Amino acid sequence: MAHRIRNFVLSLRSSVKDLLPVILVVAFFQLAVIRQPLPDHLDLEDLLTGLVFVIAGLTLFIKGLEMGLFPMGEGLAKAFVSRGSAPLLLTFGFCLGVGSTFAEPALLAVSGKAANAVAEAGLIATESIDIKRFQLSLRLVVAVAVGIAVVVGILRIIKGWPLHLLVIGLYSIALLLLVIAPPEIVGIAFDSGGVTTSTITVPLLTAVGVGLASTIQGRSPLLDGFGLIAFSSVMPIVFVLLFGIASFGYG
Amino acid sequence: MDKQTSILAHFGGTALDILPIALIVFGFQFLALRKRLSRAPQILTGFVFVWVGLSLFLVGLDRALFPLGTLMAEQLITEDFLPELAGSDTRGWSDYYWIYLFAFSIGAATTIAEPALIAVSIKAHEVSAGRIDPFRLRMAVAFGMALGITLGTFRIITGLPLSGFILGAYAIVIVQALTTPRYIVPLAFDTGGVTTSTITVPIIAALGIGLATAIPGRDPLLDGFGMIALACLFPLITVMGYAQLGQWFGKRLEHAESDPENRG
Repeated sequence: MAHRIRNFVLSLRSSVKDLLPVILVVAFFQLAVIRQPLPDHLDLEDLLTGLVFVIAGLTLFIKGLEMGLFPMGEGLAKAFVSRGSAPLLLTFGFCLGVGSTFAEPALLAVSGKAANAVAEAGLIATESIDIKRFQLSLRLVVAVAVGIAVVVGILRIIKGWPLHLLVIGLYSIALLLLVIAPPEIVGIAFDSGGVTTSTITVPLLTAVGVGLASTIQGRSPLLDGFGLIAFSSVMPIVFVLLFGIASFGYG
Repeated sequence: MDKQTSILAHFGGTALDILPIALIVFGFQFLALRKRLSRAPQILTGFVFVWVGLSLFLVGLDRALFPLGTLMAEQLITEDFLPELAGSDTRGWSDYYWIYLFAFSIGAATTIAEPALIAVSIKAHEVSAGRIDPFRLRMAVAFGMALGITLGTFRIITGLPLSGFILGAYAIVIVQALTTPRYIVPLAFDTGGVTTSTITVPIIAALGIGLATAIPGRDPLLDGFGMIALACLFPLITVMGYAQLGQWFGKRLEHAESDPENRG
């Protein structure tokens, strides 16, 4: 029990460490540079309880991942790898990529902002149901993109395809689409590439990649675990750009 | 009352968000693997923690992180923080120096303290047999992140198209990847992902959209996004640049030592 509490305090400390620089910089600018009272729509109490929620929430979230999702995902990946059934492993990898990205907190944050901005720009209706629907489709597109990225990544590890050629190829496709896509979607698309490599997706995919690479001879766990992440940060860019072309036409 | 209903709504929403991943892992466990769970109570508690934690985090995001990012953008571009206009002049990009300073500080501060980056840089020191200095590597990443975010705010203020910045940055990255010492390339690509943590992303997104909303003539949709993309790209450039500088200095040193005239 004591050991559990100690563990909890340790992870609480790491969440505080994540948030502290943000608070310090904002507080410095507020107290030393801006020196104005907060505007009426914000009260200090709300901000402070909000920050406490952020720290407590992130700590619980990460603790929960370590207790539940990570060991289970890792166990499953190992079991499928040792059975040597490629179709089963690919299906599992695809589902894992989709499911973990769908629940990613950073993606939730950015897709909400994106849906509101798209509505305010008049590209979709401003009813809250339409905004919700756009946010949901954007998250699904990114999630499916990561799922496909995992499938390509697993195939690459099995077949031994060269990583840098595939990544450069995908980036070239992204840059080509960048030219023809509507400008409204470009920022969202490239931002969603950075968002997927956050809290849930990275550790889960690394577990799959390392598990797979260590059972196949001649593959390096270090390089191949990393490969899955590289794919899952480019693939969403390509897919969101295509999604933009499909919903708003050419730029 | 309103606040409580919003918390409840978040708990309901996140239950739906984590349902797919729960269904997937449990489905594969029982249907494909047909094995009983070992340590089932611990795993179920873990899922409850994820649910409660994610809900609290999202409530905090709405109450604190988003409003803070927007507030900073709005306050730093009020007339008090811009130099006085002479006559009929229009605002130039250089008038917004407080925004650049804030963007640079928040980028550097969040990256230097990032636990994942500390772990990666220690690993890099071991793997490179001491050629990579962990502290300098962290500085290189922090500088890249700060540069990326500052450039992002510059782009929003000037209204220049994001595609130009991305094409330019990729061109630099590709040239560097072909000429830089081989051992740094995977590491450099890794650091891009490491810098955008779950806490930094919402603050940066809110700052960008707040800025694009507050500056006249900018469209939040066209100009507000893209900061995260640049924040992920620039550490690549600075980390490979650091390796290239190290190689260049190393060569010059070797050159100086082998040259008899330069010997003490």
